[in-house]
Amino acid sequence: MWGSKDNAGANAMLLLQVIVGGLLLGAIYALFSSGLTLIWGMMNFINFAHGEFVMLGMYVALLVVTWLAGGPATFGVAAAFALFVLGVVVYLSLVRHVMRGPMLAQILSTFGLALLLRYTAFWIFSANFVSLPQTSLSGTVNLGGILMPVAQLVAGLVAVSLTVALHLLLTRTAVGSRLLAVAEDRNAAMLMGIRPDRMQALAWGLSAASAGIAGALMATAYPWSPSVGETFGLTAFVVVALGGFGSVPGALYAGLIIGLIQALSAYWFGPIYKDIVVYGLFAALLWLRPQGLMGKA
Amino acid sequence: MKTGTLVLAVALLAYPFVLYDHFYWDIGVGLLLAAISASAWNIVGGYAGQVSVGHAMFFGIGAYVPLLVFNLWQLPPIAGAPLAVALSLVLAVVIGLPTFRLRGHYFSMATIAVAELIRIFIGTWDFVGAAIGLQGPAVGRGWWDLTFRSELPYYYIFLVVLAVLLYVTRAVEKSRFGYYLRAIKAGERAARSLGVPVQQTKLKALLLSAVFTSIAGSLYSIKTGFIDPESGFGILISVQMVIVAALGGAGTLYGPLVGALILVPAQTATNTWFGGGGSGLTYILYGGIILVLARFEPGGLHELWQRLAPRLRRTPRAA
Repeated sequence: MWGSKDNAGANAMLLLQVIVGGLLLGAIYALFSSGLTLIWGMMNFINFAHGEFVMLGMYVALLVVTWLAGGPATFGVAAAFALFVLGVVVYLSLVRHVMRGPMLAQILSTFGLALLLRYTAFWIFSANFVSLPQTSLSGTVNLGGILMPVAQLVAGLVAVSLTVALHLLLTRTAVGSRLLAVAEDRNAAMLMGIRPDRMQALAWGLSAASAGIAGALMATAYPWSPSVGETFGLTAFVVVALGGFGSVPGALYAGLIIGLIQALSAYWFGPIYKDIVVYGLFAALLWLRPQGLMGKA
Repeated sequence: MKTGTLVLAVALLAYPFVLYDHFYWDIGVGLLLAAISASAWNIVGGYAGQVSVGHAMFFGIGAYVPLLVFNLWQLPPIAGAPLAVALSLVLAVVIGLPTFRLRGHYFSMATIAVAELIRIFIGTWDFVGAAIGLQGPAVGRGWWDLTFRSELPYYYIFLVVLAVLLYVTRAVEKSRFGYYLRAIKAGERAARSLGVPVQQTKLKALLLSAVFTSIAGSLYSIKTGFIDPESGFGILISVQMVIVAALGGAGTLYGPLVGALILVPAQTATNTWFGGGGSGLTYILYGGIILVLARFEPGGLHELWQRLAPRLRRTPRAA
């Protein structure tokens, strides 16, 4: 019944669908990775709990939907706000005290935080996968022959816009200039009347908020469990390593590339290989171009 | 300090006879294994200050290869241990060469990513049992299979390995290599400017550390006779090494052993109190301990003791 030409056409459509899906997920990777790269570039500090921040954003979305029956706009803002506060608190109570300490303390601090958040989430929410109940973003849309879930489309587009917005905030506003000034030279910034502690707290807030929104966006389109934080944390490392440390545009391109590579390797080799390919790419990158694709040595 | 070492040695030697019960022997074996792994990590993570969060990769290789050679060729598992060490050395070079050119967090990130990569890969590879893992000999064919029904022989084998490792660490501490390591930890740029071959020294430390971590893995799988991706390469295996060493004092000779002496019984206690399903709570506890340590006492109990000891001078103690 099916002509080979139809089959080839259907395959091409499927491939296109995989590509679009990968790019949309990659946009969300870009959003939370830009938060990680901001902290990294600004303070030369790695937040090992960044993936857990994304995971918390997802559960904030779930709680807002189930308890307050809030829509996507509500839980998106709620996740951003909750994680912003968490980010500031983590900076003021933890990071500020260890950031100039020994390397072991720096790494252990957020690593301990990651374990604490991950296993507390396991304890409260159990290890089962959950997904959001029906939201106003349910359903699919036909884009010139390829079927995309509305939620995925909206989440991806919002993520791109927010990543661009973060870049504009850093490069086009006074607050952004102050943030970058602290990143450039903490002491010189202090002499210019900028309070580095405030700026760094703000950076942590923005970074965590980007993770929170990214989590909320992803929650609309994908199921999750408390263990996703680990995967997202590693994904963010790979994106930042690819895009260059401290570069938000770099994170955007790299996020899209990683999303695409994951989707294609899942399509061609099978779903279990998507992380293997990405981590393998990371290992290769460390060998070949450790400063990242767009980074300066 | 000499008397302290002697007391510790006598206490560890006598332990199974003081607490003559399988339950306590089992804790003792777990404690020694944790101490061996953490002491091995300590060489590169503590002394050289290169914080690996993926040492499970060496532990996992050490654990898998002995059971693999048993399953493939019916060899005694212990025959796989040297092969595992060789593989771990190769892996250490592959990771160390690129990442040690860079400073800071690169090494930590690379170790996590590679360990996770290997864990996922092993979980999909049928040759090594995929997600199910590998089994050792159910019944020992002779003493060379090292399958004992009692924990006692394992306890003393592990104790010997720990003693060798601590002896090696002590020798490293006193050698020029040991001074290089501490110089790198204190400040890489300064060390380089003073003529320390930074990259080479870091790599050597990683190799030495990988050898003993691999041996720890082999001891584990030979004792339990079973290994799967999570118990060999899981991220929590790496985390445990870091936390045990950091609790006692990273970069000190007895730090990891002290950390294990505290943490392993505490872990057994939480598991007993909260039931078998309490493993999640154990990791919440781990996370909390790590966080508090990093925030308030990054030098671990060793530094705390150094600060408190002068105040307690009026009540001198042997340890």
